[in-house]
Amino acid sequence: MTLPLFFFYLFAAILVASAVMVISARNPVHAVLFLILAFFNASGLFMLAGAEFLALLLIVVYVGAVAVLFLFVVMMLDVDFTSLRSGFLQYAPVGVVVGVILLLELLLLAGSFVVSPEAASGSGLPIEVGTDNMRAIGLVLYTRYIFLFQGAAAVLLVAMIGAIVLTLRHKTNVKRQNPIDQVARRPSETLEVVKVKSGQGL
Amino acid sequence: MDFITSALDYLLGIPILGWGVQVGFVYKALLLLVALLIFTAFILLADRKIWAAVQMRRGPNVVGPFGLLQSFADLLKFALKEPIIPGGSDKVLFLLAPLLTATLALTGWAVVPVGAGLVIADINLGILYLLAISSLGVYGVIIGGWASNSKYPFLGSLRSAAQMVSYEVSIGLVIITVLLCVGSLNLSDIVMAQQEMGLAHMLGVPWLSFLNWFWLPLFPMFVIFYISALAETNRPPFDLAEGESELVAGFMTEYSATPYMLFMLGEYISILLMCAMTTVLFLGGWASPIDLPPFTWIPGVVWFVIKVSMVFFMFAMAKAIVPRYRYDQLMRIGWKLFLPLSLIMVVIVAFVLMLTGWGWHGGMA
Repeated sequence: MTLPLFFFYLFAAILVASAVMVISARNPVHAVLFLILAFFNASGLFMLAGAEFLALLLIVVYVGAVAVLFLFVVMMLDVDFTSLRSGFLQYAPVGVVVGVILLLELLLLAGSFVVSPEAASGSGLPIEVGTDNMRAIGLVLYTRYIFLFQGAAAVLLVAMIGAIVLTLRHKTNVKRQNPIDQVARRPSETLEVVKVKSGQGL
Repeated sequence: MDFITSALDYLLGIPILGWGVQVGFVYKALLLLVALLIFTAFILLADRKIWAAVQMRRGPNVVGPFGLLQSFADLLKFALKEPIIPGGSDKVLFLLAPLLTATLALTGWAVVPVGAGLVIADINLGILYLLAISSLGVYGVIIGGWASNSKYPFLGSLRSAAQMVSYEVSIGLVIITVLLCVGSLNLSDIVMAQQEMGLAHMLGVPWLSFLNWFWLPLFPMFVIFYISALAETNRPPFDLAEGESELVAGFMTEYSATPYMLFMLGEYISILLMCAMTTVLFLGGWASPIDLPPFTWIPGVVWFVIKVSMVFFMFAMAKAIVPRYRYDQLMRIGWKLFLPLSLIMVVIVAFVLMLTGWGWHGGMA
């Protein structure tokens, strides 16, 4: 057994085990942490496949930002998960059926999966074999797929603006500070130095 | 047995430090680890001494000459005390959090080139790896705060998580501007690019190599990176995660003895990692500031250590002189000031590079 193969089985085994734990862990916070472990091992698999850029991006984006927000929300939610689980056996058959259908579809797909001769010959790809994978992704992403890329960016932007619009509420009776005003303020505008003679007052 | 021998070969290699000999990763890593831990011990002391000097105190001065052995005494104290685990805590996660913090902080150092060719893993995506590792640092804090099952740690960890995620964004954009100038994500390439092009070459005085480094052309980004690094590592003035005036000690409230020490160690090592990142990105890495004989005789590692210490001095001074920020203002400068500013700078830098054809064309391109 070679070293990469050993690491493949290691990552794959931990990935599957932690994926099982995600749905079976009693504590929701533990479930999210197992999800993060699963992400981590998936990134290890990417790394083994030679896609270092995707692997690191998975960690930066999913583990470093998205999963943190997941964890954030799950930690603050006070949901009684034991009561949610009470109907588990009742719904289990439906879940099993859906799962089996998905599995069959995946197997069918995997069985009929053929690499197109164009892709296999490498003639369709304008990338040299020696280029490292970030450069290679950049070369096709910003040329061939630029409209899809921009389209995806636009969709994300709209989603972001939508989320802000939905949650933004202008309260009228709140005192707000304007930091620019605060910084621009000078002593002469607010302070008056007065010499008070004793016994006279102002 | 082929597998075991290949693994041993990969890890251990030949235990000789020298030229042309494949040195095993384990020896390199051990050497770096020991050097880093000793350096951290003295950096910890330096932090306290600088802080004390600004406040006109003496600082630690009892253990060893000038208090030089204070950190080692502290280590002994932490290691010998009893670790207290709160009854209502999630014990596994409670102990996992400090381990995670310390391990992740150390992991980042694997790709940092401390001298020409002196790096454990000279990977092509080095800077992205560093970004990934530093973005994971938040887990130690958030898990520790939650597992303590106590109000102050939880509030502290929530604050810290939001803060670190926010400042990651501006750090990422600052890194992108540097990458645009270099055209490579390899940390050694970034250092090489700063030696081979820049202002000093344009002015015709290539020996003034400190003018070549990116701190000068990218000065606004240098400042943004410095401030974001303070926020990312929860250093004062942005140490709201452990603001003692409101949250006792934040996420570390329930920790004691060795777990606490691991938290502190991880924190300082990630601060040093940020200093090293500043050095590599903006201050020319291991290169000497003046490219003339008396300076070039000094080995690159020494320059690297000097530069890291200088950046750390700036970190320590910020702790000593700047009062703590209010949390909403911290978020405001992160999102409303640094994010637009660094985005605009990315556009400007890309535009200038396209227009003038400047930028590094060495390396693998």
